[in-house]
Amino acid sequence: MRYLPCNEQDRGEMLRRIGTGSIDDLFKSIPERLLVKGKLQLPEPLSELELVQYMEFLASENKTVKQLVSFLGAGSYNHYIPAAVDHLISRSEFYTSYTPYQPEVSQGTLQAIFEYQTMACMLTGMDVANASLYDGGTALAEGILMASRVANRKKILVSSLIHPEYLRVVRTYINNLDLDLQTVSHGMDGRIDLDELEKNIDRETFAIAIQNPNFFGCIEKIDRVAKIASDKEILLIVSTPEAFSFGILRSPGELGADIAVGEAQSFGNPMSFGGPYLGFMAAKEKFVRQMPGRLVGETVDADGKRGFVLTLSTREQHIRREKATSNICTNEGLCALSAAIHMALLGRKGLMEIARLNMLKTALAKQMLSEVPGCYIPFSAPVFNEFVLELPVEAGVISDRMLEHGFIAGLPMKPFFPEMENCLLLCFTEMNSKIEIERFREILERII
Amino acid sequence: MEDRSKKLREREKLLFEISREGKIGYSPLKVDVKWIEPDVEKEYLREDIKDFPELSEAEIVRHYTRLSQWNYGVDTGFYPLGSCTMKYNPKVNEKLARLDGFVTVHPYQPEKTVQGCLKVIYELERLLSEITGMYRFTLQPAAGAHGELTGMMMIRAYLTKRKDPRKVVLIPDSAHGTNPSSAHICGYRVEEVKSNDDGCIDLKSLEQKVSKDVAALMLTNPNTLGIFERNIEKVAEILHKEGALLYCDGANLNALVGLSRPGDSGVDVLHLNLHKTFSTPHGGGGPGSGPVGVKEELEPMLPIPVVNFKAGKYSFDCDRSDSIGKVHTFYGNFSILIRAYSYILSLGAEGLKEIARAAVLNANYVRKGLEDLYHLPYKTPTLHEIIFSDKHLEGSGVRTLDIAKRLLDYGFHPPTIYFPLIVKGAIMIEPTESESKEELDGFINAMRSISEEAQRDPELLKNAPYSTPVRRLDEVRAARNPRLRWTTEK
Repeated sequence: MRYLPCNEQDRGEMLRRIGTGSIDDLFKSIPERLLVKGKLQLPEPLSELELVQYMEFLASENKTVKQLVSFLGAGSYNHYIPAAVDHLISRSEFYTSYTPYQPEVSQGTLQAIFEYQTMACMLTGMDVANASLYDGGTALAEGILMASRVANRKKILVSSLIHPEYLRVVRTYINNLDLDLQTVSHGMDGRIDLDELEKNIDRETFAIAIQNPNFFGCIEKIDRVAKIASDKEILLIVSTPEAFSFGILRSPGELGADIAVGEAQSFGNPMSFGGPYLGFMAAKEKFVRQMPGRLVGETVDADGKRGFVLTLSTREQHIRREKATSNICTNEGLCALSAAIHMALLGRKGLMEIARLNMLKTALAKQMLSEVPGCYIPFSAPVFNEFVLELPVEAGVISDRMLEHGFIAGLPMKPFFPEMENCLLLCFTEMNSKIEIERFREILERII
Repeated sequence: MEDRSKKLREREKLLFEISREGKIGYSPLKVDVKWIEPDVEKEYLREDIKDFPELSEAEIVRHYTRLSQWNYGVDTGFYPLGSCTMKYNPKVNEKLARLDGFVTVHPYQPEKTVQGCLKVIYELERLLSEITGMYRFTLQPAAGAHGELTGMMMIRAYLTKRKDPRKVVLIPDSAHGTNPSSAHICGYRVEEVKSNDDGCIDLKSLEQKVSKDVAALMLTNPNTLGIFERNIEKVAEILHKEGALLYCDGANLNALVGLSRPGDSGVDVLHLNLHKTFSTPHGGGGPGSGPVGVKEELEPMLPIPVVNFKAGKYSFDCDRSDSIGKVHTFYGNFSILIRAYSYILSLGAEGLKEIARAAVLNANYVRKGLEDLYHLPYKTPTLHEIIFSDKHLEGSGVRTLDIAKRLLDYGFHPPTIYFPLIVKGAIMIEPTESESKEELDGFINAMRSISEEAQRDPELLKNAPYSTPVRRLDEVRAARNPRLRWTTEK
């Protein structure tokens, strides 16, 4: 078998050295009745050629966003990934290595993560960032747990315009803990209702969590929410599922947030049917010892030369065990590397330009689609690269019809917000041309 | 003058230090629309990203290529990290995970446009069920520890549904550190169960600990000493009699895959680490994937959505009232699932069995090659990994850490060290099936030489390594005075 390098002769010599007659003897510690009798019911093994053909067939059973025109966003974004990203992360010194427990032979991974942490801080306006979490939803859940450890109170207020799947993850995480989650609804403009927020803060509240841009694509007034939070001496967590927005919007840190979490799939990681993605977490310095996950720090070696190591592991599961601040062990290291390479390629100017271009395309689409008879934009707040469009008929019906014309029209809102059955959430990035948007409008006009 | 030869060997500045204003690594995109002033309030618009790197593409490619060269991976050499199962990662799987038809698919596309993805999830779930003897799996958890948490949440939801809330989770003293923290984060109090002299769970102390307040025992099998818990059926019986469940940490499934199924030995909930047993690369820290399998009674608790197949169509089922909810925003680490699925399809039942057999043969060969020299704290037969300690070097001042660092000079990645915690100065070696006899011989010889060096010249080991890009790093300094990001001020 091609993955097994020992031949018959090697195996014979090894068994002789061990002093046993057969490999089966090595399994004598397993009670006989627990051994599989006969053969597992698995398909016959495939040759490499057969495997490739079969998997290519399965892949062809999907319709991709290259075959269809897609205006889907909602937590997974279609951006162009420069060729150098995949080329570099395909270097097997990166992808076949383990968590860098032996720093002397892992400086590549460690330095790259240190650089990633630095860029994550620069984008979010925070002091410290960890080496990644599973995805945006789990990052928000971990952010809320972290805030609860700092404050030692029970109630968290969350905006109803946080990604509904993120909220589901949060609810699952806190369900077993003595925490109370309350949602705060939004105003007519599509932003969190500040009056309702303020009213709902009480002595048990430890934090507010909002999303920016929120699930409707609207840009929140983070500074106003931060003011309310600091007046009441509670923490503000800002979740950002579209990291490209950091290229044009002021950072959560600058606007007064204490913890910034979210999803950085947009940088260097393909949509890949939802994973692997890249959860990020950054915070003010004072929370560093409560931060979950891995951290890379700078130090020196025996010769006084700069080097990098995993650090502050006293917070972690392998030291504190049942008292650990989180159970995270494996994270999304290679995804963080992809993101770092992508961000470095875009650089200061490129990142801002592309973010601006995304906002520009979206502004155009918003204008064009709101002119379609019967359609309108229900929320007045400014947006980044997504917005809600209300149609005169049920969105699901339009979405089905649009698919016949080769468009994935966006996300029908009904499964998440039942009262919004006529609404679509549409997303536009640099991948969508003006011509596509025009064609979409034409067809929409025809089929409504 | 800067020493350029040093640069090749051991020095690469940070991105931020080589950055120069005005450089860029991408070509600006064509703008096919006129600029409209954004309607965003001015106070929310960013003017700059201070200090963000500015580099050309060539500089970036060189930077990361150099960094990669200072990394040790499975493709670089032997990587015997115990309990981590660092086996060869087949290249074809990388190619398949990168097929356009999988990569450029959005998670919210209509079901009829993603039948291929859904089939991968559906089929892989069935294969894992057959391999482990569990009833159904969720593929949503993104890592082993995430799987543990998910599994414990399902146990908790199941007991709650049974109106039998319990507060305690039992965990052997040899367990992975993630077990107690996962149970803790799930809201349980953790109590430890002692191991006996054979390295297995002590049935007497288990019997004393089990009560109506115990929700589950989290057991690793083979355990972290590489030993099969031969009384596992009895363990299950003791727990089940008191209404508690048996959770199995499947991190070490590589020793059993194709040969023995945890589901047949009374396990109620099991997580797997696809990146271990099923050869998906670990990426320097992830992504991984930690599917969780359950017995039939716990099936309603599986996270939503699950994938069903009816009338020739695959579809998501989200309408499950007893589900614990979601543990991942979408459906887990899909591209990792493709790699594991491909691996299983290329091996089949016989191939998987051969994997376990070869892994166990390799581990026992290393054991034999070192047991006369290194201290073996447990004499019990072991499967895929083997634990030694530094006890034979007592008095020389040499510790396990020094042995590990010296191994680097011999060109080997060190084994797992100081784990499991019940062995003082532990050295935990897991060669996996993908090493040749020559490679194992080389490792055994290196370990033997190091032991000899330790007796002869302890200082040599205490100052090792000598040949790596950086020498021994000051971890205490890093923790005392954390510098977790680059800044302009030094």
